[in-house]
Amino acid sequence: MLGYTITQWLFGILSFLAIMFALMVVFSRNPVNSVLYLVMTFFCIAGHYLLMNAQFLAIVHIVVYAGAIMVLFLFVIMLMNLNEDTEPQRTQITKIIAGVAGGLLLFVLVGSLKGTEQLQLKSYGASQIGLVKNLGKVLFKEFLFPFEIASILLLAALVGSIMIGKKDIK
Amino acid sequence: MINGISINYYLLLSTVLFIIGAVGVMARRNSIIIFMCIELMLNAVNLLLVAFSTLHNDAAGQVFVFFIMAVAAAEVAVGLAILSMIYRNVKSIDTDLLSNLKN
Repeated sequence: MLGYTITQWLFGILSFLAIMFALMVVFSRNPVNSVLYLVMTFFCIAGHYLLMNAQFLAIVHIVVYAGAIMVLFLFVIMLMNLNEDTEPQRTQITKIIAGVAGGLLLFVLVGSLKGTEQLQLKSYGASQIGLVKNLGKVLFKEFLFPFEIASILLLAALVGSIMIGKKDIK
Repeated sequence: MINGISINYYLLLSTVLFIIGAVGVMARRNSIIIFMCIELMLNAVNLLLVAFSTLHNDAAGQVFVFFIMAVAAAEVAVGLAILSMIYRNVKSIDTDLLSNLKN
């Protein structure tokens, strides 16, 4: 198809959609719409993970980000009853300055990446490291201690968010 | 069959996603949207980590992404608790109104 393989087509479409939805997150006036566009961006990124045969991460990404984190965001937004009318807006000049600063950062980063070597990723299905079996072996052999530390971190976050969210601490 | 994608395209894609997140942090006043843009920046970096882990055939990169996801989940839980506490006291999450430390 026009000299491109299926993988390259999928990469292009997913990248385009991810960037479009990411832009919609920033430019959408209604916070609820922003959350939904961010969920779509996360689905596109999960598609990229699948394209690189990182199956475990693709599933975890959808479950943790789209399933848990974004629902939490949506829940808090609906709790605060935010909508288009209550949305605070920056002045036009601040928005322009933000856009110019972002554009300059993009210019510098793309310029610095321009001369780098063109390394090809392996074709689809060639990389086996992203499968649950292989990643699990690495996770529970080499990274067992950080994995246990992560559980303590999650417990601390759980206790911390309950303490912060409590109305009156006696 | 050569259907690999150059790592440069992944570098470009995650650069663009990161900068969209950075511009969102600068251009918006709603704290929750700023928080979401930070998530977007985290995900841009995650994508690049996975791309390089696939390129070098090294599983450590993907394990790092897994840990970043765990830390992001903890961060969001605490951050949203703080935001809802701020909303309870100030009745707004506009970042310009949160200037108590300034004066």
